[in-house]
Amino acid sequence: MEKFLNITLSGLTVGFIYAAFALCLVLIFRATRLINFGQGAQAMFTTYIALELINRGASYWIGLLAALVSGFVIGGLVERFVVRPVETGPEINAVIVTLGVFIFFVALAAVVFGNTFESFPSAFSLTGLQVGGLDLALTRNELYNIAAVLIALVLLTLLFQFTSLGLRMRAAAFGQEVARLLGVRVGQMLTLGWALAGLFGSLAGILIAGGTLVSPNYMDGVVVFGFVAAVLGGLDSFIGAVVGGLVLGLTNSYVSGYAGQELITLGALAILIVVLLLKPGGLFASSVARRV
Amino acid sequence: MSTNLSKQDPTGDSQVGTTPEVTGTPSADTARRRIGSTLVRNGLLMLLAFVGIALLLETLSPFRVSQLGVMAYYLPAIAGLTVLTGLNGQISLGHGALMAVGGYTTAVLLERQEGLPFLLVLLISAVVAGVVGLVVGAAAARLHGPYLAGATLALAVGLPGLALKFDEFLGGDQGLRVSPPRAPDGIESFYESLMGDNLSGQRYLAYYGWIIALVVLLLLSNLVNSRYGRHWRAVRDDEVAAELAGIDLGRMRVQAFVVSAVCAGVGGSLLAVVTRLIAPTSVTIVLSFGLLTAIVIGGLGSLLGAVIGAAVLVFMQQIITDTGLDAGLDASQAANIAPLVYGVLLIVVMLAAPRGLVGTVRMAWSTRAAARRAGA
Repeated sequence: MEKFLNITLSGLTVGFIYAAFALCLVLIFRATRLINFGQGAQAMFTTYIALELINRGASYWIGLLAALVSGFVIGGLVERFVVRPVETGPEINAVIVTLGVFIFFVALAAVVFGNTFESFPSAFSLTGLQVGGLDLALTRNELYNIAAVLIALVLLTLLFQFTSLGLRMRAAAFGQEVARLLGVRVGQMLTLGWALAGLFGSLAGILIAGGTLVSPNYMDGVVVFGFVAAVLGGLDSFIGAVVGGLVLGLTNSYVSGYAGQELITLGALAILIVVLLLKPGGLFASSVARRV
Repeated sequence: MSTNLSKQDPTGDSQVGTTPEVTGTPSADTARRRIGSTLVRNGLLMLLAFVGIALLLETLSPFRVSQLGVMAYYLPAIAGLTVLTGLNGQISLGHGALMAVGGYTTAVLLERQEGLPFLLVLLISAVVAGVVGLVVGAAAARLHGPYLAGATLALAVGLPGLALKFDEFLGGDQGLRVSPPRAPDGIESFYESLMGDNLSGQRYLAYYGWIIALVVLLLLSNLVNSRYGRHWRAVRDDEVAAELAGIDLGRMRVQAFVVSAVCAGVGGSLLAVVTRLIAPTSVTIVLSFGLLTAIVIGGLGSLLGAVIGAAVLVFMQQIITDTGLDAGLDASQAANIAPLVYGVLLIVVMLAAPRGLVGTVRMAWSTRAAARRAGA
């Protein structure tokens, strides 16, 4: 029973991070109808930037800030100079380009920072909390992870629902032509959307890295999980992404706890295929499913 | 050699994002004659290509021969992928994983069933990869674009996990060693009497790989020129029109995926034999990205492009890795310059010349020809 409880708890905490990552994919998909497969690699790269600063004596928080800022900048640059030219072309070209971004950043990190495992510090203690004599697999650091994702989520919602900038971004995502006619600088809004997604992705990257080892490939699995979570939630729903992330975190945790750590990616693949076969639009899709 | 093959590529004319030319419907009789002549013509081209390869294998240094061996195992997988992506419009990042299926099947069969003929092992590996391809393809047939890329990415990231999970059987991290095939006595003595020299194991493997690769290319070039190829292209270009014409979309997609998976399985089997090892490290996600880069460079959907892409992949990898080592990087950093260049190439080619090498050159030619005709 205690095992089950702890597996569930760690699944939920990991799920929040997947949710954060899925949110970036949704953010981009809503605006440009694209999946940014490079998202994980961008986040990994900014985590290395943070690690480099921390190793040189900066505090965790300075590292976090640097990662968020560089994630924002990289996201914007990728949209403006790499994705913009293929946005209107065949779908497959855009997919290939973002895959190029993926492998580019992974390899760049391996060349610049070395292709080894390095430990990343955690913000808070990694010892499990005790509640009423029960040893929980929940640490202060994991509580911080959950809080960080929730705060970011609230800020994002506030930005989108209650500011003029958010309104313009939603307009640009909703209908480019109409928004342009109404004086919205659609190009700027798209770049800003990708930049925000980059920032959010960097946050997820740092949270996942906290207290574990990072290598240029440590986000490969997360890219898959974030993608599955986003598809699970329907790709254009923020709530869907969060629920998808939690569901996936739990499933991964159960697969890992009862079947074996090596199989979690295949487990995620199985979920993805089942969902796409039964409910192609995801669990929370607002748009009409594609016919053929 | 590339010029030898240029004529046998009947499909490069319709690239992704363009509509194929409209052809009249020839009577069954002329159609049959046409297919017959395609087979003969392509067969002759493959023979010529084989003579060219044999000349290279006999004159080049052992190092270059080993590089040609590597190219031979990339080639079937790349050709299969370019048919899938270029002609059927399905993108797959799972071809590295499908190669792993072929390679592991070969390794396991050779380890447990000594004395099995290599050709049989190769065929079984191809069939096993085809069966996996059938399962993935059945799911993939209902996906498109980014969904398909994501699902196959999950396959590529996840499948090596199986080798770790069943490490007793599949060798875990260390992988499985493969004892490479020795040339049959008949072939060895024939070679000796012809060349007056021993057939080295490495050279034999390169011959073995290239013969298989050329046979795969021959079969594919006929397939894409047949009814099947036309149906696949129709599905890619306009789903609704294809469905109205009585084409079963899902079936065509699964078919293309299975054919492509079989090719990847052949490539994987060759990989295991040529490198004498199959391990999770030899079928990483970078392999899948390498295959994708090759077809993008060569031009999506073009078999000639697949050959060029494979050559660029193999020879470029060595040159840039050496450059990195000369520049003072350590081995693991230098090994990552190649994927770095893959990334740059994927982006730059897609932005600057999305038709790839073959498509761009062909476009330039036809534009010039049209201009000359207009001028005359």
